[in-house]
Amino acid sequence: MASTIQRSRDGVEKVATGIPGFDIIAQGGLPAARATLVAGTAGSGKTVFVTNFLAAGIQHFAEGAVLVTFEDAPADIRKNMLSFGWDIAQWERESKWAFVDVSPEPNDEPAVVGSYDLGGLVSRIEHAVRKTKATRVALDSLNALFVKFSDPSLIRAELFRITTSLKEMGVTVLFTAERTQDYGAITQFGVEEFVADNVIILRNLLNEERRRRTIEILKFRGTTHERGETPFTVVERGIVMIPLTGLQLTQTSSTLRVTSGIPALDDMCGGGFFRDSVVLISGATGAGKTLLVTQFMNGGFNEGERSLLFAFEESRDQLFRNARAWGMDFDRAEKEGWLKVVNQYPHAMPMEDHLVRMRDVIADYEPQRLAVDSLSALERVFSLRSFREFIIGLTSTLKQQSITSLFTSTTPTLLGGGSVTEKHISTLTDSIILLRYVESLGMMRRSINVLKMRGSAHDAAFREFTIDGEGMHIGDPFRNVSGILTGNPHLVSVGNGADNGDRDD
Amino acid sequence: MKQFQFTLFIAGESPRSQRAIANLKRIAQERLGGDYELTVVDVQQEPERAEEERILTTPTLVKRAPEPRRRVTGDLTNAEQVLIALSLLPEDL
Repeated sequence: MASTIQRSRDGVEKVATGIPGFDIIAQGGLPAARATLVAGTAGSGKTVFVTNFLAAGIQHFAEGAVLVTFEDAPADIRKNMLSFGWDIAQWERESKWAFVDVSPEPNDEPAVVGSYDLGGLVSRIEHAVRKTKATRVALDSLNALFVKFSDPSLIRAELFRITTSLKEMGVTVLFTAERTQDYGAITQFGVEEFVADNVIILRNLLNEERRRRTIEILKFRGTTHERGETPFTVVERGIVMIPLTGLQLTQTSSTLRVTSGIPALDDMCGGGFFRDSVVLISGATGAGKTLLVTQFMNGGFNEGERSLLFAFEESRDQLFRNARAWGMDFDRAEKEGWLKVVNQYPHAMPMEDHLVRMRDVIADYEPQRLAVDSLSALERVFSLRSFREFIIGLTSTLKQQSITSLFTSTTPTLLGGGSVTEKHISTLTDSIILLRYVESLGMMRRSINVLKMRGSAHDAAFREFTIDGEGMHIGDPFRNVSGILTGNPHLVSVGNGADNGDRDD
Repeated sequence: MKQFQFTLFIAGESPRSQRAIANLKRIAQERLGGDYELTVVDVQQEPERAEEERILTTPTLVKRAPEPRRRVTGDLTNAEQVLIALSLLPEDL
């Protein structure tokens, strides 16, 4: 089993939590054998977070765990956490997990006469730690202690004693405290200044009428971490964080080319798409985006690449029928395992859940190429910030795994282009391909243009294309049309008119 | 069997623990006629006893008999308050 503790450059040892994404924003994990305060409003996910920390220790690193519970009864916690696949009762039988139950019991409150300390609690925690050989301990939540006992200075002193003792035993300690608001004083009782080496804030905010969970590492004493808020979500297997920084660093840039599925488009791109590139297709409705996606998939599975399509607009039946009409056999490709089509209604989940689910599918299917049709469908249901975070999170995953990717984006007007989607993601994509309508001499014609191709020479022309039973056919440039991009195409005189873009099919 | 059965949970041989034991013995002698049995549990030595009894604070005195079972925490400095908390005033008995 791999050691979980790593020493960072500043000399502070960190323990990998095993919570997906957290160790990235924490730049290695939680400072080992130290105390960390997890503060948040009611419903911000404190209990799940600390339980996840304990469970991941058992599941991934064979580290014992102790949960000191001040509010929820152990029976409730066992039941609630089972839904994440954390079988606490089983771990208790195996002496990997122990509760120290300080949850309220009716008629259990002793009267107070004279001075006292929390000696009973301290001994019970130490006993539980020895029994389970725990290296992870969580106390949830401290507010109950402050409510139970009238003297805050006593609680502070005792908490200091508990954390000091646990740290000496080599235990990494998490304790939670409830905040009354998402921004402002860290906690009600000012505990953190006295006992916490580190402070983590969990938030559950209402953002453009949608709930948004974030985590922020406010302070790690003597060591580094990512700054600012990182979105997270709670899914079937626990908490998953969506770090938006620190991922890009490991990306390599490939010079390997793969086919777009359309030989003429490969030529326009200077020999195909780069293996690990992200390509954005922009076009109005009906301009041919889904056809391009279909051919991109077809080009993949014909070359023996596992090809994955996330479809947010068209149904599975529609996609397969269209493919058939263009002479491409999705059914067979799917049956043989070269194609996977995932249909998802964009409204169904928040951004974080979409991303986590897509990452799960990617991890499971291990595609070499992937398409998302369309991003605009997602843009409509996410907040702007979430949408941008989604794109960053998704492209990071794709780049890390060198998956050739195609995203489509619908322009709001038939002629011309530009959409919010593009504004927010154009810098994140390696290539941009435009599909534009051209009105010319009473006819609506279609054009394709490679607007941007990072790291490669490419064809700058607007070429006409047609669609028939075999898909997309790319022809000659529109030499005598100007103003396609601005949505105001008009004929211009080009002298001899020998190559004026008019073609007979 | 003695009329009054007590368990006193203490944390180590601290002055506070000693005070609690001495105060309890005095109260039992002077106010309860000395007909009592006292078991002292050091939670540092026997933490599993503290777990069973869900002891949070020390010292904590548990009155096991007579019924009802009662608990009081602290070094038991005030005899009157201790007796009230344990339901052991003359009118309770």
